[in-house]
Amino acid sequence: MERKHAIFPARVGIIFLTPALLFVVVFLLYPFVRVFLLSFTNQTLLGTTAPNPEFVGLDNYQRLFDPDRWMRLGEFGSALKITAQFVVGSALIGQAGMGMLIAWAFYRKRGVLREVVFTLVILAWIIPETVVAFTWVAFLDWEFGTLNSVLDTIGVGRPDWLFDRPLQSIILFNSWRGTAFSMLLFSGALETIPPSYVETAEVVGATAWQKFRDIFFPLLRGHILTDLILITLWTFNVFTPFLLTGGGPAKRTEVVSIYTYRTAFMGRHEFGKGSSIAVVMMLINLALALIYLASIRRRRAT
Amino acid sequence: MAEIRVEKAVKTFGKVVAVDNASLTVHEHEFVVLLGPSGCGKTTLLRAIAGLGMVDSGRIMIGSRDVTYLPPKDRNISMVFQSYAIFPHMRVFDNIAFGLKMKRMPKDDIKRRVQAAAELLHIENFLDRYPSQMSGGQRQRVAVARAIAVHAEVLLMDEPLSNLDALLRLEMRAELKRLLAELKATTVYVTHDQIEALSMGDRIAVMRDGKILQFDSPTTVYDMPADRFVAGFIGTPPMNFLEGQVRRQNGAVSVYIGDYALKPIPEMVEALARYDGQPIVAGIRAENMEALSQPAEDALKVTVLVVEPLGSQNLLTIRIGSDIIKVSTHPDFRAVPDQPIWIRFPSDKIRWIDRDSGKTLIPDLGALMS
Ligand SMILES: Nc1ncnc2c1ncn2[C@@H]1O[C@H](COP(=O)(O)OP(=O)(O)OP(=O)(O)O)[C@@H](O)[C@H]1O
Ligand SMILES: [Mg+2]
Repeated sequence: MERKHAIFPARVGIIFLTPALLFVVVFLLYPFVRVFLLSFTNQTLLGTTAPNPEFVGLDNYQRLFDPDRWMRLGEFGSALKITAQFVVGSALIGQAGMGMLIAWAFYRKRGVLREVVFTLVILAWIIPETVVAFTWVAFLDWEFGTLNSVLDTIGVGRPDWLFDRPLQSIILFNSWRGTAFSMLLFSGALETIPPSYVETAEVVGATAWQKFRDIFFPLLRGHILTDLILITLWTFNVFTPFLLTGGGPAKRTEVVSIYTYRTAFMGRHEFGKGSSIAVVMMLINLALALIYLASIRRRRAT
Repeated sequence: MAEIRVEKAVKTFGKVVAVDNASLTVHEHEFVVLLGPSGCGKTTLLRAIAGLGMVDSGRIMIGSRDVTYLPPKDRNISMVFQSYAIFPHMRVFDNIAFGLKMKRMPKDDIKRRVQAAAELLHIENFLDRYPSQMSGGQRQRVAVARAIAVHAEVLLMDEPLSNLDALLRLEMRAELKRLLAELKATTVYVTHDQIEALSMGDRIAVMRDGKILQFDSPTTVYDMPADRFVAGFIGTPPMNFLEGQVRRQNGAVSVYIGDYALKPIPEMVEALARYDGQPIVAGIRAENMEALSQPAEDALKVTVLVVEPLGSQNLLTIRIGSDIIKVSTHPDFRAVPDQPIWIRFPSDKIRWIDRDSGKTLIPDLGALMS
C-alpha cells in the first residue's frame, strides 16, 4: 500500500520511536555486538584469561567445527544432531501432527469433549515451565511416577524413562507442552474453509484421507508452513529439557541451547567459545526467520 | 429408476421450522423447481434430499430405496451448491474431474467425461484456468459441469443461475433447460426467481415458511394459483386482487365491486353462493382484463393513475374503490393519467379467493356435466 498522508511530520515520528529504538539498541543490538566480538576472544570468567582476554581469531569456530571431535557426545555437532532430532520429533511430528489431528478431529464440532480437550491442551501450554517440568519429572519417575505405576499394573514393567530413553522423554514432553499453538492455528484455519467444500466432497463419497489430501491440505498449505517454521524456530531455542534431564545422562539430551549454557556458564565458563556458539545459533535462527518472511510474502502475492 | 419421494419431511433449527411437513414426489426424468421467497426452506429441503443434514422426521426415498438415513454418497446424487463451492486451488479441469477422481475412475475416462461436460457448458477453453481467473458466470458453469460430469441419477441444483446478470441468466436458462433434457436426470432445482421457475420447470413446488403450498405445472400454478400467496408471488406483475361482495338475487349469484356486478361462470356459482352476503376476493391477472377507451355496456369506468409503456405492452395502474390494480394493454392503447377508461372482466379468468383463509375456491366441475 502506498502511504498517502502522514499523521505527523517525520521528525515528530522519530521522537515517538526513540524510546523503543533505545530499548532495541541497549538490550538487543549492544549485547549482539558484544557477543560477536567476544566470540573472537578466549575470554573466560575465571583464570588468567578473565582479566586479559586475547584475540584468537577464528579459533573458537574452528574448535566448534573440528571434524575429528565435533560429533562426539557433548560437542557442538552432536548437540546440533540431537537438536535436529528433538525439533523433528517434538515440533514437526509431535506438535504439528498432534495439533492437526486434534483440530481435524473436532472440525465443525461443538460440545463438551471439544471444550475439555482444547482446555487441557491449552493448559499444558500456559502453565509456567518450571511447574510442568517438575510434574513431568514426577510423572516419569522410576519408582513413584504415575506412568510407571500404571505400566507396572498392566504388566509392562518399570522402564527408567529419563535414564534409558531420555531423548524420547523430552520429545514426548515438548510435544505435549507445545501442541496448543499448532492446534489453535490449525483449528482457526480450518474454520475459514467453507462447509460447502467439504460437502461437495461428501456428496461424491471422498474418504477422510482424500478430503485431507485434496481440499484441506492444499487450502491450509500456507498456514501449515507458517506453523512449521515458527515452531521449529521456537523448539530450536527451547531450554526447558534442561529442567528434566539437565542435558544428560551422558550428554545424550544436550541440545544446542543446553550446550551453549554449559559451555558459557558452567565448568570453565568459556565466554568466548559460548559466544561463538551463540553467533552460529543466531545465524541459523536468522535463516529460519528469513524463510518464514519469504513464505509469508509469497503467500501475500498469490 | 430414480423417482424422488419426500414424505412428511420436517426439519427444524432450534425454534425455526425450516421444512414443515413437506411431501413431494418427483417422477423419473422430471424437472421440478422449488420456488419461494428467501428463507422459506428451499435449500433446507434440497439438502435433506441430498442427505446433508438429516430430517427430524419423515421419509425420503430415491428410486425404491429408503435413503432417509443414508449419507450423501450412497444416494447417487449430484449437487450444485448455492455458493458454487468451486475449489480455488484447482484448475477448472480438476474441479470438474473432482468427483470422478474421488471415485477412482481411469484417467482416460475422466478426461473424456470432463471434456464432454465442459463442452456442454461452453467452458472447454477454460480448462487450464484457475477459478480466480474466471467471471462469476463462468464459475457457475464450472459448478454445473462438475455436477453433471458424475452422471448421477439425481441432480440437485441450488440457485445455479442466481449470480448472473439478467442477460446471461436468460441465455443460461435456455441452455440449462436443453442440457437437462438431454441428460434425462431427475432434477430438483431451487430458485426464488419465479420467471426462471415458470420457464424451466416441468412442475413447480411453491414454498412458504417451510410448507409446500402448491405443486403443479407452471401453467396451472400461474393460471390457477392455490391461494392468495401463490397468486401474489407469481407473475410480473403479480395477480390483482379486488374486494367484492357476494349477493344472491332471484337464484342468480353476482359479486359486486362497488355498484359494478361481476357474473361468475356457472362452475363457480355453487361455491360462491355459500358466501352470500359476505365479502370475497376476486383475483385477476393484468393481461386478462380488457381496456376500452369508450364506455360499454358491461365495462367498469375507472381512472388511470400511472401509464408505463414497456414496449411490448402498456402497463396501467388504476384505482377501483380502495384497490389499486395493474392492467396491461396493447402498446397502441392510448391512456392518459387522470382520464377515465373502461375495463371489462372476462368472468372465466377471475379466480375467487376466500378472504380469511386466502384459499382459492375450487370450481364445481359437476356443474359443467349437467
Ligand atoms: N444451519 C442453520 N442453522 C439455523 N437456521 C438455519 C440453518 N439453515 C437454515 N436456517 C433457517 O431455516 C430457514 C430456511 O432456510 P433456507 O436456507 O432453507 O432458505 P432458502 O429458502 O434456501 O432461502 P434463500 O432463497 O435465501 O437461499 C431460514 O429461516 C433460515 O434462517
Ligand atoms: Mg437457499
